[in-house]
Amino acid sequence: MSQQGYVATPPYSQAQPGMGGYQGGFGPGPAQPLYGHYGGPAQAFTAPPTGLMKSPVTSAAGMPPPPASSQYNPNVQQNGAHPQRYPVPPVVSSTYGQPPQPPYNSMASPGPPPAQQLTNQMSAMNLGNYGQASMQSPPPPASTVAQQPFQAPPPVGHPQMLPGLQSPHMSPQMPPPQSPQASMSMTGQPMAAPPMGGMGRPFPGAPPPGLGGFQQPGPGVAGPQGYPQQAGQFGGPMAGPQPGMPGAFPGAPAPMAGPPQKKLDPDSIPSITQVIEDDQVKHGGQVYSTNIRGQVPPLVTTDFTVQDQGNASPRFIRSTTYTLPCTADLAKQCQVPLASIIRPFASLPKNEAPLYVVNHGETGPIRCNRCKAYMCPYMQFIDGGRRYQCGFCNCVSEVPAFYFQHLDHMGRRVDFYERPELSVGSYEFVATLDYCKNNKPPNPPAYIFMIDVSYNNVKSGLVKLICDELKTLLEKLPREEGAESSAVKVGFVTYNKILHFYNVKSTLAQPQMMVVSDTAEMFVPLLDGFLVNYQDSRAVIYNLLDQIPDMFADTNESETVFAPVIQAGLEAFKAAECSGKLFVFHSSMPTAEAPGKLKNRDDKKLINTEKEKTLFQPQKGVYEQLSKDCVVQGCCVDLFLFPSQYVDLATMADVPSHTGGSVYKYNNFQVETDGEHFLRDLRKDVQKSIGFDAIMRVRTSTGFRATDFFGAIHMNNTTDVEMAAVDCDKALTVEYKHDDALSEETGAFIQCALLYTTVNGQRRLRIHNLSLNCSSQLLELYKSCETDSLINFFAKTAYRAILNQPLKNVREILVNQTAHMLACYRKNCASPSAASQLILPDAMKVFPVYMNSLMKTAPLMGSTELSTDDRAHQRLSVMGMGVEDTQLLLYPRLIPLHNMDASSEALPAPVRCSEERLADSGMFLLENGHSMFLWLGQASPPELVQSMFNLPSLAHLQGHVPALPELDNPLSKKVRSIISALLEKRPNSMKLQIVRQRDKPEVLFRQFLVEDKSLHGGSSYMDFLCYVHREIRQLLT
Amino acid sequence: MATYQEFIQQNEDRDGVRFSWNLWPSSRLEATRLVVPVSCLFTPLKERPDLPPVQYEPVLCSRANCKAVLNPLCQVDFRAKIWACNFCFQRNPFPPSYAGISEVNQPAELMPQFSTIEYIVQRGAPAPLIFFYVVDTCLEEEDLQALKESLQMSLSLLPPNALVGLITFGRMVQVHELSCEGISKSYVFRGTKDFSSKQIQEMLGLTKPAAPGPQGRPMPPQEAASFCKFLLPVHKVDMNLTDLLGELQRDPWPVPQGKRPLRSTGVALSVALGVLEGTYPNTGARVMLFIGGPPTQGPGMVVGDELKTPIRSWHDIQKDNARHLKKATKYYEALANRSAVNGHSIDIYACALDQTGLLEMKCLSNLTGGHVVMGDSFNTSLFKQTFQRVFSKDYNGDFRMAFGGVLEVKTSRELKVCGAIGPCVSLNSKASCVSENEMGIGGTSQWKLCSVNPSTTLGIYFEVVNQHNAPVPQGGRGAVQFVTQYQHSNTQRRIRVTTIARNWADAQSQIQHIESSFDQEAAAVLMARLGVFRAESEEGPDVLRWLDRQLIRLCQKFGQFNKDDPTSFRLSESLSLYPQFMFHLRRSPFLQVFNNSPDESSYYRHHFVRQDLTQSLIMIQPILYSYSFHGPPEPVLLDSSSILPDRILLMDTFFQLVIYHGETIAQWRKAGYQEMAEYENFKQLLQAPLDDAQEILQTRFPMPRYIDTEHGGSQARFLLSKVNPSQTHNNLYAWGQESGAPILTDDVSLQVFMDHLKKLAVSSST
Repeated sequence: MSQQGYVATPPYSQAQPGMGGYQGGFGPGPAQPLYGHYGGPAQAFTAPPTGLMKSPVTSAAGMPPPPASSQYNPNVQQNGAHPQRYPVPPVVSSTYGQPPQPPYNSMASPGPPPAQQLTNQMSAMNLGNYGQASMQSPPPPASTVAQQPFQAPPPVGHPQMLPGLQSPHMSPQMPPPQSPQASMSMTGQPMAAPPMGGMGRPFPGAPPPGLGGFQQPGPGVAGPQGYPQQAGQFGGPMAGPQPGMPGAFPGAPAPMAGPPQKKLDPDSIPSITQVIEDDQVKHGGQVYSTNIRGQVPPLVTTDFTVQDQGNASPRFIRSTTYTLPCTADLAKQCQVPLASIIRPFASLPKNEAPLYVVNHGETGPIRCNRCKAYMCPYMQFIDGGRRYQCGFCNCVSEVPAFYFQHLDHMGRRVDFYERPELSVGSYEFVATLDYCKNNKPPNPPAYIFMIDVSYNNVKSGLVKLICDELKTLLEKLPREEGAESSAVKVGFVTYNKILHFYNVKSTLAQPQMMVVSDTAEMFVPLLDGFLVNYQDSRAVIYNLLDQIPDMFADTNESETVFAPVIQAGLEAFKAAECSGKLFVFHSSMPTAEAPGKLKNRDDKKLINTEKEKTLFQPQKGVYEQLSKDCVVQGCCVDLFLFPSQYVDLATMADVPSHTGGSVYKYNNFQVETDGEHFLRDLRKDVQKSIGFDAIMRVRTSTGFRATDFFGAIHMNNTTDVEMAAVDCDKALTVEYKHDDALSEETGAFIQCALLYTTVNGQRRLRIHNLSLNCSSQLLELYKSCETDSLINFFAKTAYRAILNQPLKNVREILVNQTAHMLACYRKNCASPSAASQLILPDAMKVFPVYMNSLMKTAPLMGSTELSTDDRAHQRLSVMGMGVEDTQLLLYPRLIPLHNMDASSEALPAPVRCSEERLADSGMFLLENGHSMFLWLGQASPPELVQSMFNLPSLAHLQGHVPALPELDNPLSKKVRSIISALLEKRPNSMKLQIVRQRDKPEVLFRQFLVEDKSLHGGSSYMDFLCYVHREIRQLLT
Repeated sequence: MATYQEFIQQNEDRDGVRFSWNLWPSSRLEATRLVVPVSCLFTPLKERPDLPPVQYEPVLCSRANCKAVLNPLCQVDFRAKIWACNFCFQRNPFPPSYAGISEVNQPAELMPQFSTIEYIVQRGAPAPLIFFYVVDTCLEEEDLQALKESLQMSLSLLPPNALVGLITFGRMVQVHELSCEGISKSYVFRGTKDFSSKQIQEMLGLTKPAAPGPQGRPMPPQEAASFCKFLLPVHKVDMNLTDLLGELQRDPWPVPQGKRPLRSTGVALSVALGVLEGTYPNTGARVMLFIGGPPTQGPGMVVGDELKTPIRSWHDIQKDNARHLKKATKYYEALANRSAVNGHSIDIYACALDQTGLLEMKCLSNLTGGHVVMGDSFNTSLFKQTFQRVFSKDYNGDFRMAFGGVLEVKTSRELKVCGAIGPCVSLNSKASCVSENEMGIGGTSQWKLCSVNPSTTLGIYFEVVNQHNAPVPQGGRGAVQFVTQYQHSNTQRRIRVTTIARNWADAQSQIQHIESSFDQEAAAVLMARLGVFRAESEEGPDVLRWLDRQLIRLCQKFGQFNKDDPTSFRLSESLSLYPQFMFHLRRSPFLQVFNNSPDESSYYRHHFVRQDLTQSLIMIQPILYSYSFHGPPEPVLLDSSSILPDRILLMDTFFQLVIYHGETIAQWRKAGYQEMAEYENFKQLLQAPLDDAQEILQTRFPMPRYIDTEHGGSQARFLLSKVNPSQTHNNLYAWGQESGAPILTDDVSLQVFMDHLKKLAVSSST
């Protein structure tokens, strides 16, 4: 079992006892027998408790199935494609190891020669590798057959294995199998025993079997088994507790073998890093043409070039699946969400062409008469080119005379390649006055900087920092491609419990300050001179920015207002008849007497109760209305918070989160330590490309339609997505439902049309088109799923759900749906195999990792130790995230730096986020898009410390180090360049935190090791997998 | 014995008092029958260069409810060092400082020539003068420029230690902080929202949040003042303020086609008063409001911003069609009362071609003693010079303005005070001398005059309460004492005391004496004030009818006639002019609203109830001088017959100075004879009225409108509307005379008026 099994039930079952096991395995030493395998698990499932308990028994029953069990073929995904890696020399992994293999073997056996498989697998999956590695060592006992094959591969072995490490642990763990039930009890872990229990069942019995569970059916290539590779499969091995199993796994049988070992080899379960790496190898650096309908794009992490040939680049739209089920029934059956994540302003790399701008003249863009879809590649020209049939509603419309063109022999317009709207997936139209507010061309947008000058901000030096930065930053306001200077106007407001507006008209000798104390009904005291062109008024603005810090240097006002500040900006935009963005730099909870006054409602007692949701709900009233008004005017709010305690972020961020704004939070801000971090955010935020006063509509071909929208948006009705602004990092997730049956032949089309105002004050329409396949075979659907998109969808739905439901329910729903999706695959697509085998679709094989990580995120974790504001913050920021960002957030990059080649340009390959991967003498960089850590092992060699910090030893590293010293040695340079490259690449700046192993701050770092048990009770990956497996089995019975 | 004329003149010169009757009927009944009440025009701060103030405090009667000031009418026992109060008959010992008193060593207040005396009081810290400019920025560029210059100029006229403040308003109201370096700072208020004084002070940071007194009282004013950044001494901020004024821009908010600019006058004033209340309550201050149009938004709005809705006219008001009238009036009244309570006065300088809402805002100045100036533009000498004259100084170099005045009237027992009419508010002090019968602002013996200048004159009305059956002993005298406390413009506190006495007379036996003591000029003005006071609250025709009635009754009482024989009707000399005054009063803009906008009526009335007797009479019956080759300039009848072709007329109506060239003169002038050496005399003739006019212009406040016109000129209407229309198109030929100019009017002429009067007076049926 252990081997393959991690997945498999067994582990769990053992878990109880054994649970500790795994972790133990990884982390702790070999010592603990019991836990050996699943050490972690227990915790993991705390959440689920309820359901779990029961299962055990049953499972137990299930377990036995000697047959399949042993294998999980974790990797399996596509047969050939992803070979699992078994690379590791068998030797190493003594104990558990191999689980994976067994399955393969079994599967494989029929088909391709083992060897091949191996290779394949190897390359693809990590799973195999790990598993085997460990497994192998034990060879003797178990299934000989299996082992051999695996072993054979050794050569292949990928680096990842790190067999050394693992093996040791594993072995110890091997402990005897325990009865499932017993396991339940989970000695070690308090928690979840019960749930785990469920998982556990497998164990008892023939351990092996259970494990085998996950098969991921690969795309259905070969026969059922044919795909050994199925990625998902984690070999059944689990079961095979016995060391014996290890290597071997010839066929299913293997598992049977010994007494189940509880331990699963962590290496044997599907690895994200491996998947990423494989995809990078496959697609990296290549050109991806979007000319094929329903083509699944490379992963978000992969570095590729897109050539738009009729479908929008995946940078703009990604779908959870590229093959829609033909009918609603099928969709319901599989429960795979049908959704797209649209990032309309995604920035394109330099080597990809920017969007073409199409001008159809005074009549405006050509649109279908009935459904109003815009001219796009899916319009079919007929009747010699005189008419066209809409791909969305099938309505036939006349081609306007000026647009007429003959068709060629293929029925394609002769000007096909000259007109972007006919040949590419993404382009822009120039909007006519009909598309403008009041039929007047819009004014260029404006940026207003609103600086809280209350005591806290002045004292922390923030005010001065901002003022100094603005002087240079304002030179870099976003501008139209090719424009000489930015058309964006700027304005300045400072405030504490009253507001100060500044007249910085270029003709003034000195700025004028206008104080508005009437916060009850905010208004803008001046029009002319408030919003100015920076270039013209530079001298006055400089003067002002120089004076602001001094003016308030002696302030002792500590109360602030907030809603009136936004109101003021909104009124300014109204008065100037423009849209724009407010940059609010705010320090504390607005307690001054004014609309939107807030009080502390942070009640830890609510956690884990029905009312916990209230912590996430914004307070009703003022802010709600304000959001609506802001959206109407196109007033986007970016909030920079510098709190020293609870500020009711849920409410304060309400407006930003509905207006396409961002919220940045810097707890206990200090200029020395956080200044640079904040400035990087500010710079990115000010400069990023953005569109204002946007309204978006997603049109679909007949048979399905967009039903739900998630993002930093506002919806006034069910179809129009309104965004005060949308920048290059904001994405919204759109869910689709069937109306009717879809046809495999015509496929399905999506057109996203975004009407917005450019930074130049031009009204434009941005169109993204995407075509998808339809199929009545679920297998097709599973094959073209996109895990990263799926998890984005789940994250957003879950984060929205917690506003209305107890966390417990939400977590249950997530697990259930996960189990359901996988069970459906198993039932309908995978080749028959033992129930104890965990079979995962190749395209989803790492889905459980993400799901587990998602469930461990702060918003979904009811723990009193987490700050309510941080939870709310994370919840809100995820709502506007694109696929790249959620992927990274849920699976941070952990990059080993100690053994890289300092001379190479390449970024060292990330390793799995687990403590097990750390080395006492190593140095690791971890980043998830929001936080960045440099972790230093206890035993870091002095040379390394010297070259990084110019200190003789780690012990000399005292206090906070805001940045790495600039040292002239290859390592230091390399590390710094890696860090700066990452900072450059991510939408948010990250503060580099340096932690030493075993230091207190390490706790912070550890929470990002998402494959491990979390500090707040989240389960480890392994445990989760077992748990899901149990659920699946329950569903299947 | 001197004639009554001389007596009256002497009294006026010495005490600033003109009584309607200089002998008082000794009983209530007889007094009532005299029709014109016993009343007087009193000019509390009449300029008395010959009266040096004394440097000590007045001696008061020790009776708690009397407190009359020792005066020449008191009986003094020099040996016992005791004086008897002539109002309550309380016997009071002199204070120790008067120990040396004797018949040959009397203090000034006991000498008869010091019936008016002024004391300088040393109590309390000297309070600064405060000038708070409240400036409308919704002006034409040219107007604003002129106004800015005037304001900048005015800074040089202020005493260096005076405090100044600046509020500008348009769509928003801005209170400017005056001491900022490097950046000019102002607090802005929305112009549409009514703020309480407390809110305003909070918003301006004039209250220290943590420093409320035990009962949560706002902090003591002085303390607030110490950190008030909005009112600072001129000498400290004149540079800043000059720059600030220089940089003042027109209200930057766009005014769409067909709209009026949004003007938040109501809020601006409210803010100004709020600041003063929080910082300098009970300290003399002038809020000077400069407006170029009507308030168009917020509280106190007079007209909406739609140009298609014109501002209310009398017609609208009569039809009850003036939407904002009541609300706005109420709002400004509330402001005025607040201001009055704190002793702050409000000036209104309204310069616009259309109305600016003076009707609604008049109470601001009327109740607080502020000035109202109305002009067409800030860029006229009328405004510029008037404004400059606000800061004019007296022979001592002090401003001709005083603040925080309190006028108290004490009477001897036979008299009670019914009320006062003038720029004052009641202090609701119900002393025993207060009559229940109210005339004007009554029910009190004390009035507050937030701002007083040497010409400020009140009409004060009395009632004789002595019963008919308890006659006053022959030769007895009734006495009235006026005690005026005020803050002199040099920041001293002063008290001026005027004590006067008149003899009682038995109306039955001495009616001739009483008749001859009648001061018909004073009586005309006092009755006119009553009429104007009524006109503020009653319909015009009712007021006229009341005036007519009074006039008829007076004629019946004092006229000599045979019943039902109008031709036999005669009036004695002391009443001879009175009916004529009434005739002109009836035609005056104070009672006639025809041809005047509501603002103009308010403006005229405002000035009428505060000017002294001479000016008031000019207002009632304008003066007409005639210049000709036939002799020196002479006053002529205010009659159409005075309009002759070979004359130049100079008419002074107080508000206008009209120079009218007769037809022939005008032709000569057009022909340019004055340019020719041989017609030097013509040139001189033309020059003479100009010089005289100049003289009037020099002294008058506010500057009159100066009109130079000629026969047939459109502006001749100013003259034609004033003269008695003795010749009209109706009777022109009947008269068959060549002289004079016919007036095209259906108004009755003086002759017709008199005929009717006689007829009614002699009629037995009334």
